[in-house]
Amino acid sequence: MQLYIRAMSALEIKDLCKSFDGVPAVKGINFTIGKGEIFGLLGPNGAGKSTTINMIAGVVRVESGNITAFGYDNQRDYRYTRRMLGVVHQEVVIDNFFTVDQGLKLHAGYYGVKDDPVWRQLLIERLGLEPHLDKVMLKLSGGLKRRFMIAKALIHRPKLLILDEPTAGVDVELRHGLWEFVREINRQGTTILLTTHYLEEAEQMCDRIGIMNHGELIALEETQQLIRRLSNRQLSLWLEEPVVDIPAGLEKYSPELKENGSVLLLRLPAGERAGRILRQLTEAGLRIQDIETDQSGLEEVFIHLTGMKGGVDGQQS
Amino acid sequence: MVNSPDDRYYPWLPFFTLFRKEILRFWRVSTQTLLTPIVTASLYLFVFGATLGERLNVLPGFSYAQFVIPGLIIMGVINNTFANTSSSLFMSRYLGGIVDLLVTPVSPPQFIMAYTLAAMLRGLLVGTVVWLISTLFAVLPWESPLLAILMAIIASFLFAQFGLIAAIYAHNFDTLSMYSNFLILPLVYLGGVFYPISILPEPWGSFSYLNPLFYLIDGFRHAIIGVGDTSFFIAFGVSIGIATALFFWAAWLIGKGYRLRA
Repeated sequence: MQLYIRAMSALEIKDLCKSFDGVPAVKGINFTIGKGEIFGLLGPNGAGKSTTINMIAGVVRVESGNITAFGYDNQRDYRYTRRMLGVVHQEVVIDNFFTVDQGLKLHAGYYGVKDDPVWRQLLIERLGLEPHLDKVMLKLSGGLKRRFMIAKALIHRPKLLILDEPTAGVDVELRHGLWEFVREINRQGTTILLTTHYLEEAEQMCDRIGIMNHGELIALEETQQLIRRLSNRQLSLWLEEPVVDIPAGLEKYSPELKENGSVLLLRLPAGERAGRILRQLTEAGLRIQDIETDQSGLEEVFIHLTGMKGGVDGQQS
Repeated sequence: MVNSPDDRYYPWLPFFTLFRKEILRFWRVSTQTLLTPIVTASLYLFVFGATLGERLNVLPGFSYAQFVIPGLIIMGVINNTFANTSSSLFMSRYLGGIVDLLVTPVSPPQFIMAYTLAAMLRGLLVGTVVWLISTLFAVLPWESPLLAILMAIIASFLFAQFGLIAAIYAHNFDTLSMYSNFLILPLVYLGGVFYPISILPEPWGSFSYLNPLFYLIDGFRHAIIGVGDTSFFIAFGVSIGIATALFFWAAWLIGKGYRLRA
């Protein structure tokens, strides 16, 4: 984790709290995002992710605690922090009165930045907005509105881009295109904080992941480390000679025989190493022809940590 | 004191951009925001200036048209300034577009001044066109043109603040329309646009002095025709006082983010 935390971090959250009508939504969370990192904040509905993101963006007032962006306090020095942040909101937020081109120019101005035609044109091209520049936003399709929201969040060249479920309701092709673009701007130095509906995407995109549940941060570590630590692995062993009975001492691995006894399936608990089991099997006289391991991903970790069952789609926000 | 994180930042650009955006907003729908109020005021001018007006005489030494035109001008200013800030801010709140501004470095003073100045521009534009059309019906004496312009500016500023406050407190379109239909409209009509309150029987005449809009209307008319129901300086002072109070009220609400930030 320390790998990403440099002398000055992109974002520091300290003891952040927020409640609505006396009901706590965020309960004293702490985390830091390093410069240049892609950080995923995940959690089920009502976990407090959007509230946290909205406090960072300045849409929701901070009840207690501190948010520091690039060394500036986001309440005291809000004029500095807000221009270093670009925000893509979860809901579609556009001004129906204006065209795409007008909207982008206005947004640069809101951030106190003069219109940069070269940068604006680059965003327009990369997000496929060129044929739609003169359309009023009311007439844009859902996908185009999403693309416009990303362009306007980047128009002032923010140092930290916040994406609150930017791909919700977006088709597969556009999702891939958007994530590819996010990776590209990250490579150019923009730090990314994102939430997403799609855990597979989070697993592929994020350097580190924080998982929230009931307003608390229940996990925070590098993505692959988190998966290794918390998800089960399935070990498939192809045996040289089929067996009828499962060797003794393997009960805790939920063993299963398949392919008429030629394949032995074992489920390795988190943290369990395969080498020890292999030695145990060799000592029991089993000769192993081939090995395959299959590690379930972030989805399993997510379900394990949050206690959710029955899959993920549609169950988290 | 923190240093600016980069040198590409122009501190007043957020204000000018929001101001420009607010002007573009009412300009894009100018049929509704400019033409309609001008047509309505022209109808009033025709009815009260050219037809009924010739049979009415409420103030010795002045035609009814000369009496009613200042009231109609200030009514146009008031209604349109209020409509601009209230509808723009309420629509932003209602449709969620306000978060686009809340995440930017636009400061509360810049926010208030951009909304206020754009609304004042619309109100004063309508007032100017109403005055130009009114020259077809009567010539005004213009006793103190600068004071008249000052009163129009105060009226537009005051109602721009009131529009912001109404937009923040309104829960829905119904509540918002109640402010204009059940508060501003009766106060304008009973505030001496169409008659001098001195002709009202008691206690209605005295009650009219409690109507804050009376001072705006009477002060503006006083500056134009040189006579009024009350001293110009009282009208000016009361108007400035109310405008200041409403400004601080609006500034407090917006500075605090009341009903804007959760």
